[in-house]
Amino acid sequence: MTFSPELEKRFAEMAAKYPEGRQKACLIPMLMYAQDEVGHMTEELKEEVAKRLNISVLEVNEVVGYYTMMRKKRMGKTHLQICTNISCLLWDGDQLWERACQKLGIGHNEVTADGKISLEEVECIGACSWAPAIQVNYDFQHHVTPEQLDKLIDDLRNA
Amino acid sequence: MADPVTFTVNGKSLQAPAGTLVIDACKRAGIEIPAFCYYEGLALQAACRMCLVEVEKAPKLLASCTLPVAEGMVVQTESPVVVQARKAMLEFLLTNHPLDCPVCDKGGECELQDMSFRYGAGESRFTEMKQHVDEKQWSPVVYFDAPRCILCYRCVRICDEGLGVKALGVTNRGVYSEITPNKGDHLDCDECGACIDICPVGALTSGIYRYQTRPWEMEHIGAICSHCGDGCKTTLGVKNDEILRGNNRDRSGINGEFLCIKGRYAFDFVSHAERLQSPMIRVDGKLEEVSWSKALAFVAQRFGEIKAAGGRFGVIGGERSTNEENYYLQKFARVGLGTPHIDHRRSGDVPALLDALHGRQGALATVDDLYNAKGVLIIGADLAQQHPLLAFQTRADSRHHQAKVFTVTEGPVREDKVAAKKLRAGPAGQLAVVKTLGEDLKAAGELVVLFGDSIQGAAVGELVSFIDSLGVPAKYICLVDYSNSRGTCDMGLLPHLGPGYQAAAQTGMGQAEMLADPALDALWVVGANPLAGAALASQQAFVVVQDMFLTETAQRADVVLPSASAYEKTGTVTNTCGQVQRLRKAISVMGVKADLDIFGLLARGMRLDLGRAVPDQVFEEIRASVHGYNVPLPVIATGGAAMTDPVHGRIPVAGQAQVIQSARDTLFTSGSLTRYSKTLNLVLEAPGELYKP
Repeated sequence: MTFSPELEKRFAEMAAKYPEGRQKACLIPMLMYAQDEVGHMTEELKEEVAKRLNISVLEVNEVVGYYTMMRKKRMGKTHLQICTNISCLLWDGDQLWERACQKLGIGHNEVTADGKISLEEVECIGACSWAPAIQVNYDFQHHVTPEQLDKLIDDLRNA
Repeated sequence: MADPVTFTVNGKSLQAPAGTLVIDACKRAGIEIPAFCYYEGLALQAACRMCLVEVEKAPKLLASCTLPVAEGMVVQTESPVVVQARKAMLEFLLTNHPLDCPVCDKGGECELQDMSFRYGAGESRFTEMKQHVDEKQWSPVVYFDAPRCILCYRCVRICDEGLGVKALGVTNRGVYSEITPNKGDHLDCDECGACIDICPVGALTSGIYRYQTRPWEMEHIGAICSHCGDGCKTTLGVKNDEILRGNNRDRSGINGEFLCIKGRYAFDFVSHAERLQSPMIRVDGKLEEVSWSKALAFVAQRFGEIKAAGGRFGVIGGERSTNEENYYLQKFARVGLGTPHIDHRRSGDVPALLDALHGRQGALATVDDLYNAKGVLIIGADLAQQHPLLAFQTRADSRHHQAKVFTVTEGPVREDKVAAKKLRAGPAGQLAVVKTLGEDLKAAGELVVLFGDSIQGAAVGELVSFIDSLGVPAKYICLVDYSNSRGTCDMGLLPHLGPGYQAAAQTGMGQAEMLADPALDALWVVGANPLAGAALASQQAFVVVQDMFLTETAQRADVVLPSASAYEKTGTVTNTCGQVQRLRKAISVMGVKADLDIFGLLARGMRLDLGRAVPDQVFEEIRASVHGYNVPLPVIATGGAAMTDPVHGRIPVAGQAQVIQSARDTLFTSGSLTRYSKTLNLVLEAPGELYKP
């Protein structure tokens, strides 16, 4: 399996940061960056990473299985994560979540038919001071109102 | 830091060396701290939280399995808080664990069952539905039932650290965590079953044994595995003359808990459908079943006739026969039949090693020495394949004692993973390569040297003098193939050497010469298969074969006598290191006789006075007459292993044309016996990527 030249460069830089024989430590960042490019944890991706770090696919699976941020199936072009944990809940984060579900007609860890948007109900994303918060791919949006959410979804749909 | 450390447990003052874990120190003082994940010899995990203890001035309960003793430490292991914590832990462990002990295969020997009984609350506050996952089969021998798993990681650790295979891992998180095999839905591994044995609950069960019986219904008999030369003790679970399982859960014997697939499952050849259970005589070119008395009388009569006519006998002994049988057989041949032509298939040059070490004491390594050595030199053998126990010990040595391991082999071997240096050379070039390691070997400070058939004849002496020249203490292991290959040499089944490596009165023909001799009048083969891959030149030879199966050799026989397996007789065997252990009769099989009984009956039929053919009496004779076998009887009688001292004088080894070649068995083969073991043929690994011979 091949990655883009930028990603290959990034991997090479990463590997050089760890002492010889400890390259296994690159596993998590490598998987995350590769996921950004590939979309989700395909078998091919896991095998490739295992081969590069000289570990077994099982060891990669142990890590992938543990972290929810490592996606087991293909998600939408934009992955919308809505926090419903305590701080956001107090600021009606749960209603944002239900609104998004209704508007998109999908549920937790599901993707719209056109593949543009996927939804995930997440635990605390560390933005309690700016609740309710949502995460759009890697970007945070703070103090989200229902109107802002609607506009965001409409924009994403039409993009 | 004080050493030993003084500390207090339950008001009792104790001492232990610095660095000892609280759980270990308590165990040695007779104070039990329950634990699941803690396992002596494996990496610490602290996963199960069963071993929590109260330590004075510590704000919380501490896991005693990762807590080293400290000076003045005050520990409580039975205080109300600790008792309460254990109850809570067990309640947690049982939230998803099915409460169906009566149908679980582990019932009766389950650690969770024992602990619940001893420390458990007796009731649970959980009313939620249990998380259920269906049972999975990972291989013909390994089944996994996830809900029973308590995630102690013992299986994961034994596979990685103990076996060096790393076939198991844990995927997912929290309540969904599950032990996962390396190939997704199945295993690609040694199939040794160590994970099953070490599992404290019924999560991992054996496809061979599960649901056959209950542990308390079996008799547990310590036998010695007959498949390779390492001499592992396998505790056979026997019910109604049927072996249902082999394991070594009590960690007795030289192998501790270790067993490979052969020791754990490959006892099944004893009940193979093709097992011979009646003597056969060739009538009109076809083997026909006859009674024992008729067959024995016929053999005695024919042997008598051939002897009277001055005919030429060839005798070939077996590498899995007991010392008693081998000793008696050579006596039968040399004294009874008056023939010097006696041999067996040789897989390692033991006489050359003993000759090179003449005059020294303690120069042969035991299995334990290998575990404790600072340096290990492996020459020309794939230990993980051919000597799984020695490989296990080498890995343990490297793990626990940071031993320096050196491998000098033809291809890559698993021991490379723990090796300080790995060098590649063909059999002929290995000695030369070893000589380039001089400085490294010297730096190791102490050595156990293991060598296979690539070092033989003069090369053995050369190896020993090279190691001597380094000036570091060294012990040796000459690797041989099967359970009593070593003992067969010691008992003098050699054309030029008698018992204890005394020069034979007359040098006879070796195995290859016997088979090639057109003038041979009789060939007597006991527990061997020399005609697999070789032809018998003599047309007129009267061939008598004692074996369990109709092997290539038995098919050529004029008389076939069905013999008992190692699990059906008593006697002693000597492993590749020279350690003598006792076989205990586990089962009886109808129609077969132990080789020694057959010899006795034949001797009586021929009116020969060779002494009584009773294992204990023959062993007494061996102890009195074979150098080095004067071992303490209580040691072997109680299931221990006694080291035999090497000979002290020179051994006349020169001038003998010799064929010494290992069968190069893998983890999944055992010479001619392979084809009669269902399990060895059932697993998919051989031949696999990891398992190329």
